[in-house]
Amino acid sequence: MSILIDENTKVLVQGITGGFGARHAKLSLEYGTKIVGGVTPTKGGQMFENTVPIFDTVGEAVKETGATASAIFVPPAFAADAILEAADAGVEIIVCITEGIPVMDMMRVKAMMAGSKSRLVGPNCPGLVTPGRGEKSHGGCRIGIAPGYIHKRGNVGVVSRSGTLTYEAVWQLTQLGYGQSTCVGIGGDPINGTSHKDVLEMFNEDPETEAIIMIGEIGGTAEVEAARWAKEHCKKPIAGFIAGATAPPGRRMGHAGAIVGGEEDTAQAKKKILAECGIAVAETPSVMAKTLLELWGR
Amino acid sequence: MNIHEYQAKELFDRFGVPSPKGKAASSPREAYDAAKWLAVKNLVVKAQVHAGGRGKGTFKNGFKGGVHLVESPEAAREVAAKMLGETLVTKQTGEAGRLVRKVMIAESVTISKELYLAILMDRASCQPVIIVSTEGGMDIEEVAAKTPEKILREFVHPLAGLQAYQVRKLCQNLGLTTTARQFGRLLHSLYKLFTECDCSMVEINPVVITTDDHVYALDAKFNFDDNALYRHPEISAYRDKEEEDPREVAASEHELNYIGLDGNIACLVNGAGLAMATMDIIKHHGGEPANFLDVGGGASREQVAAAFKIILGDKAVKGIFINIFGGIMDCNVVAEGVVAAAKETGLSLPLVVRLEGNNVEAGKATLAASGLNIVAADGMDDGAKKIVAAVA
Repeated sequence: MSILIDENTKVLVQGITGGFGARHAKLSLEYGTKIVGGVTPTKGGQMFENTVPIFDTVGEAVKETGATASAIFVPPAFAADAILEAADAGVEIIVCITEGIPVMDMMRVKAMMAGSKSRLVGPNCPGLVTPGRGEKSHGGCRIGIAPGYIHKRGNVGVVSRSGTLTYEAVWQLTQLGYGQSTCVGIGGDPINGTSHKDVLEMFNEDPETEAIIMIGEIGGTAEVEAARWAKEHCKKPIAGFIAGATAPPGRRMGHAGAIVGGEEDTAQAKKKILAECGIAVAETPSVMAKTLLELWGR
Repeated sequence: MNIHEYQAKELFDRFGVPSPKGKAASSPREAYDAAKWLAVKNLVVKAQVHAGGRGKGTFKNGFKGGVHLVESPEAAREVAAKMLGETLVTKQTGEAGRLVRKVMIAESVTISKELYLAILMDRASCQPVIIVSTEGGMDIEEVAAKTPEKILREFVHPLAGLQAYQVRKLCQNLGLTTTARQFGRLLHSLYKLFTECDCSMVEINPVVITTDDHVYALDAKFNFDDNALYRHPEISAYRDKEEEDPREVAASEHELNYIGLDGNIACLVNGAGLAMATMDIIKHHGGEPANFLDVGGGASREQVAAAFKIILGDKAVKGIFINIFGGIMDCNVVAEGVVAAAKETGLSLPLVVRLEGNNVEAGKATLAASGLNIVAADGMDDGAKKIVAAVA
């Protein structure tokens, strides 16, 4: 088992004909992921790499291919619309890679998706990987932009807001001989679809996941909420890391934001709360895997 | 992105948020004309810089105060002459101060009551929140710390928008009676401005009630969502690069994400999370980072070279740490960019490079064959230790 996706998941790519989308759709195909269709309005009927049919709408693509997941690579100005189109077409897992979507757009998307059966992951995220069992984890499901070859199939769940820090954690695990069940990049934007807590809940229920690495950063209180939930409910060992201890305050939010954000959104405060909740906090990003293994008793 | 007070006034006028009549001036002559046009006795002349604390600031020519009350066009001209082209130092500008290129001439109002009003995006609930307080004109963080009960919050549904009852509720809680309607209109207009201009925050401190029962927005601070500027060319045009860190301006021209800091170890990293974590690990080993620099996931050789030059433009920098996890990014592309830039700039500072990931062997070979004095690091931790030792 794994969470959200597995090697049989059928995946669409919205924006498959753009440079970025095309490049990563090709890498996913090479990784062995079942990319069953692409969506680009006005390019329906064409083929991608001679193997993947392109459709005009997500609804048509779902109907023709049976896809249950979608990767969104469309430009920021059109991304909110693309997410809502996927939700309308009943796509179960919508992974939005696009960086730079206006916050106001995401606020409306989030409100419109309340009660929807679709789950949004991202935006501004590296996506999801459930590693395969082949050489260099070939044969897995890769939705997004993560490098496939650094993974290894195994029993550690990884969740993070940052792409490159996810890769660091995954690579550390793989080099130490420990594989991953699923790696989830939830994205670095202030408003996103899936939270740290949502992912911890799924890892907790997943029999294949035995231990978890949770990576966060300054701003917001998502990591704190996840940690408090984990303290009460999570049966599995968790190691954590929070980036941004040296970041200058107030660069993203004005001082009115500091009131609403409260005192729990600095790196120091988050690390303290994580530790109080029984999460082993890595001192530096280079010991994320090591910190987990110590807690896990491996 | 920040804007000037006179630009905020333009936005207020466009959306019908009442504020005292006023005009920007770039010369003493324009200041005089603006004061004439206002045709009121009580005037205020305000230096236009992005920093706060203007009233208590001092100009480098010795003139005290970036905000002055005057009573005639002649006096407005005289004060403007002492401000324009001069450098104002406030507690927020640092010693370097800011050059004043414009002043604002406005009607000075007689205040009977000051309120605090802000609207911002609350990320926890994913909706806008309106914050008000009767303690206007004060440092709001201090109010929040000492008398949190005096800060009121009202959340707005993203799809329904601000409702009339919410405004009535806020007015009642602020104790407004005769001025409730005016304050309500101001709040509705401000909310419209907030959503239509893609603000991430707008703060008016204070909203004033005058002795003759008028409600005005006085000092405003705006933050705009950079991601949404593409659909607001008129707001993008408000950007004043002269008010920004020149290193950050250069970085933005190359689509690099750079924030200048006070330390002496420069870092060049791919990915925002890793860039932050790199600063942290430098600090962890006793060093001080000079910057945050994220070259992104798909940086070209040219971007890496540009990033390198921006780093070297900071005279405080004593050493450089390059930390790349090339997931998809080709490590050799980074290595070639670094070698090209180092040769072009005649680099003499210690340089530690940690490369990991895609095509890493070719990247390491490129660095080794360059003939440059580059210290190769075995992991992020090792790299941080090596650069801290090198600048010590």
